Order: sequence, then structure tokens, then C-alpha cells
Amino acid sequence: MSRRRAVAGGIVLILVGGGLATATGCRNQGERVVSYGIGRPATAVEVAAWDIDVNPAGEGLPAGRGTASEGSEVFAAKCASCHGAKGEGLPSAPALVGREPREGFPFGQSLRFTRTVGNYWPYATTLYDYINRAMPPTAPGSLAADEIYSAVAWILDQNGIIDSGTVMDAASLPRVRMPARDRFVPDDRSGGPEFR
Amino acid sequence: MSTGGSRSASITRRALLAGTAATAGAALLGTLPEAISGQDPSQAPSPAVPPDPTKVPGLPTSATSPRSPFEQPARTPTGQLTGASLSPLQELSGTITPTDLHFERHHNGVAMIDPAGYRLLVHGLVDRPTVFTLEDLKRLPSVTRIHFLECSGNGRTAYRAPRQDLTPQLIDGLTSNAEWTGVRLTTLFAEVGVAPRATWILAEGGDAAVLSRSIPLEKALDDALIVYAQNGEPLRPAAGYPARLLLPGWEGNANIKWLRRLELIAQPNMSRDETSKYTDPLPDGTARQFSFVMDPKSIITRPAYPARLDRGQWMQVSGIAWSGRGKIARVDLSTDGGRSWAAAELQEPVLPKAHTRFTWMWRWSGDPATLMSRATDETGALQPTLAEFRQRRGPGTDYHYNYIRAWVVERDGRVVYGVDL
Repeated sequence: MSRRRAVAGGIVLILVGGGLATATGCRNQGERVVSYGIGRPATAVEVAAWDIDVNPAGEGLPAGRGTASEGSEVFAAKCASCHGAKGEGLPSAPALVGREPREGFPFGQSLRFTRTVGNYWPYATTLYDYINRAMPPTAPGSLAADEIYSAVAWILDQNGIIDSGTVMDAASLPRVRMPARDRFVPDDRSGGPEFR
Repeated sequence: MSTGGSRSASITRRALLAGTAATAGAALLGTLPEAISGQDPSQAPSPAVPPDPTKVPGLPTSATSPRSPFEQPARTPTGQLTGASLSPLQELSGTITPTDLHFERHHNGVAMIDPAGYRLLVHGLVDRPTVFTLEDLKRLPSVTRIHFLECSGNGRTAYRAPRQDLTPQLIDGLTSNAEWTGVRLTTLFAEVGVAPRATWILAEGGDAAVLSRSIPLEKALDDALIVYAQNGEPLRPAAGYPARLLLPGWEGNANIKWLRRLELIAQPNMSRDETSKYTDPLPDGTARQFSFVMDPKSIITRPAYPARLDRGQWMQVSGIAWSGRGKIARVDLSTDGGRSWAAAELQEPVLPKAHTRFTWMWRWSGDPATLMSRATDETGALQPTLAEFRQRRGPGTDYHYNYIRAWVVERDGRVVYGVDL
């Protein structure tokens, strides 16, 4: 739908160098501009250096591995000072561990339960992605892949989501099924008089 | 000790000339009302403010214009690296937020970036992975647009922990409005060639949070921009210098600052800030995800706490209204707590996805009154009452608090925030 609307709005599909490309169409009174040739080709090295994201399919996960027992040391050294020794949360950083309530998903109805990895996060891969890019805040990007896999394993184990011996790596992490996985729904607000 | 007198006497003309007007003004702050009104005859006027400015030369030209020392608008910095600082809505007129008063929200501090080393990488499902410098972006055709930016958590304090002594700044100061200049994403896409399989864009910042969000491609094809200027000058560091994403009408967090990378992808990435945060748990046991659009909203910024009204005197009621879905169609005002409504005047220009200033002349009779504003946008969406909002979104909801705000005028003329109305 969006694509059709975009085309109607003046954006056209054109052939560039033999390949199909989406491009801007009409800027000023129908003047069609294809490309100004501005910018330079990115090298594979440049892309690899910055392409750090990990998606739910596991694309982007690097080589490496870790278990919860290895992760307990990583967590104690790198995470516990802000998140608490058991990941219970401190004023400095949110709780990571907690499955209550076991039934239901009452976070809209009540503020009684703290949202954690265990009861709210829908994807385990998000843990790797986020820790890798942003944690710890005093030295973001400083953890090695094995340390991150280990810390992720520890957090998932503490939440009772994986067995304590389970190795987390690029193959196993995307297969972890998070308890809140099916709770998320698309935005159904669309304007108009009905308040949603 | 005559604290007021001694402090204002310390404000010398030389201090102002040396460019320390802001500091001087801060020191003056506590004493100004007396100095202005002359209620304390023992106080000589400050040397910086001659009794008759027509009788002495003024100040010379300067590199940048400081505010009058009598005006001290300020945000609410907390000193934290991950947090927010709110815009003083009650001290602003019109619709453009002064750049240094635009609200801030950072996820691990304000990144400092040398523009000479700045690079924007566009890659993924594209024909030509490309690196753009800041100069490259400025060589491309630019557009200039006026849009609001609002943190989707704006209003949380008033919803979760309401108090009568909340100011407009503390209630809704996480919205601001500016003129932005930059490049349309479609312009950039023409340079790189987007593959048909691409449906989302991962946008990533070059700050210490390396903040990332997945953005539907349709927004990019609609009105998304990469901006490098705000209100006519390069972005300030706190606003994402040297370049940021601007998604008109969409929650602030997705407008990635210090933008360093756009990756065209086929599925959303499920980043932390689109799963753990910035999702909306609902009373039905689900959580709304990718709830980007900011709903219609308004707030009366004058009168507001801590004003005290004079009985029987005409005054202008004024505030701002905005919607992430387009233009504000109307703003209705009530002085009786929502039992009756009348249309306010909208100051031109009324722009889509931008703050709109509304005004209304009113004379307080002396009886208790409850002032409310209710915005309707061009889609027909209007602000719900607090009761409707609670019922639909629940007490635990975390973002998008767009219910009607109320100000109560008490019998003695004091104006307080209308808790639970």
C-alpha cells in the first residue's frame, strides 16, 4: 500500500545502470532527477566495522560462545555494580531478572510488576545486540563476543529461560523462545475520532 | 543584611561588557521583581540598568546576543548522561522553540563529533553501498520544514505522579518545535538505489548508546529527512550534530541523532528501544509495538501554575497544540472542566506536524474555574479525557500520554495543575 501511494505521490521506479532502483522522481515541477553521483562507494571493511546489528534471525551474530557459569563472572565484573548482584535492578539501572507474574501480561493494567528481560523482552537476540553496542555505559563496545554470549546466557539462566549448561552462540541464541514473544501487536491507531 | 541590594550591586557594567550577562542575570534573579517595581526604595537600581536608558550610551555590538538579564528561561538538567531536560513551555511565545531551550533526551550523553571526520554509511539492500560526508549531504538538494519533536514519554510525570505544583514545563516540556533543514531520504535513496526487497531501515547513531531503531521504509518515502541545521544554524551537539534523522510527527526516540548509519533491511531489527522500551502495554494483555505517531495534544501554557489571576480582568489564555498526523484543525477551550467548549483562535501559520499557537481572551469572574484545552487534528482525532485515556491505555502505559490537561483556578486566583480531572 505504501509503495503504491508513494508512486502516486510522484516517486518513480527507474533503471539505473541496468539494475532496478527506487529513486526520487519529481522535485521541482516534474524535473526528474536520477542521481547526482554524490558520495563514494563504501568499502567492505568500512561496512564490516560499523555493521554491528543483530536481528531475531541471528543475522549479525559473530563467532564466539558462552555459558551461564562463565557469565556469572562477567556479570559480577561488568554489570552488577549498576544492575545489582542478581540482576535485580538498582536505582542506577533497571532489573534484568524476574518472571513474575507467571500468568498473564498485566503491565498495562498495573505497575505492580517490574518489566524485565524474563517477563517482557520478546527476543533473546536483542540482548546481544544491545549489550554489544551500549554496555557497560562507562565503556560501551568494550566486551568481547565470548563475554557477551556469557552474560546473555547468565541473564537468560537467571530468568529460568535456558538451562544453566546451555551454550549460547550464533546458532543457539536465535532459537531461544522468550516468554513474552507473542504479546506484542502492531500499532492499530490510525487517526480519526476513535481513540485507541 | 540587605541581601537583594548587595547582590544586585555586584552586577557591574563591566561584568556585562565582559560577556557574563547570563551569570549576572542568574545572580539577579532573586532580586529583580523588587528592583523593577521599585517596591524597595532603599535599593538603588543596578548599575547595569540605568534609571533612564535614554541618558547613557548602551552596550557595544557582540559576537552573539545574550538574553536580557531579566529573562532567564532554562531547561531542567539533571546531570545524568541518560535522561532528559525539559523545555520551559510557559516562557515561550509563538511556535519556534529557541534552539538552546529545545528539550533534550540522551541515552548515554551528548556525543561530540568532528564534522571533518563525520561519515554516514548507507548500505544493506541497496545497489551501491555509499559513504556520505557532511559536505556530500550539503551538496544534495535541501528542504526546510517546521516540525515538532516530542519524546513519547512526555507527560509521564503528570500521569504517574500528578501534583498541583506542576508547571507546563514539568508536565509537557519534552516537546519542542523547530525549523529543520536537510535532505529528504528519497534524495539519498536515489544515490544508493534501494532494492525492492527492502521494507525497513535500521537507523543508528554515533553516540555512546549507538542508539538504533527500525523505521518502516514507507516513512522514508513519505517525509523523512536527514537534517543538519536547526533554526538556521548547524545542529547543536545536543540535537545530534552534525546530522540526525528527522521523522516528522513520530516519537522523538526514533529521530536518531548523530546519525552514522542507515541499513536497508527486510525485517525490523527488534532493537532494545523498540521492544523493551518504547512499546505500550495495554490493559488487554498485549503491548503495542512500533507506535511511532504522536497523537494530537495541547496544553495551555498561560495561565498555568504558579500564576495568580486577578478577578474581573481580561487576559489572554494561550497554549500550543500539535499532532503527528497532520495539521491541527481546531482547539476548543473550556473554563468549566469540560462541560462546555468554545473554539480558540489558531495563530497562523498552522503547519502539519508542527506546534500551533492557540489563544483566547478570557475574564475570570472570581468563581472557581477549570481551564482545559482539547485539540482536534485534520484526521478528526481529538484528545481523550483522562478517564477515557485511563480506560483505554491503562495505568501502566508508558508513552503517548495525550489526554486533556486541566488547570484549576482556585477561589483566591491561584492556578494549579488539575490532578485527576
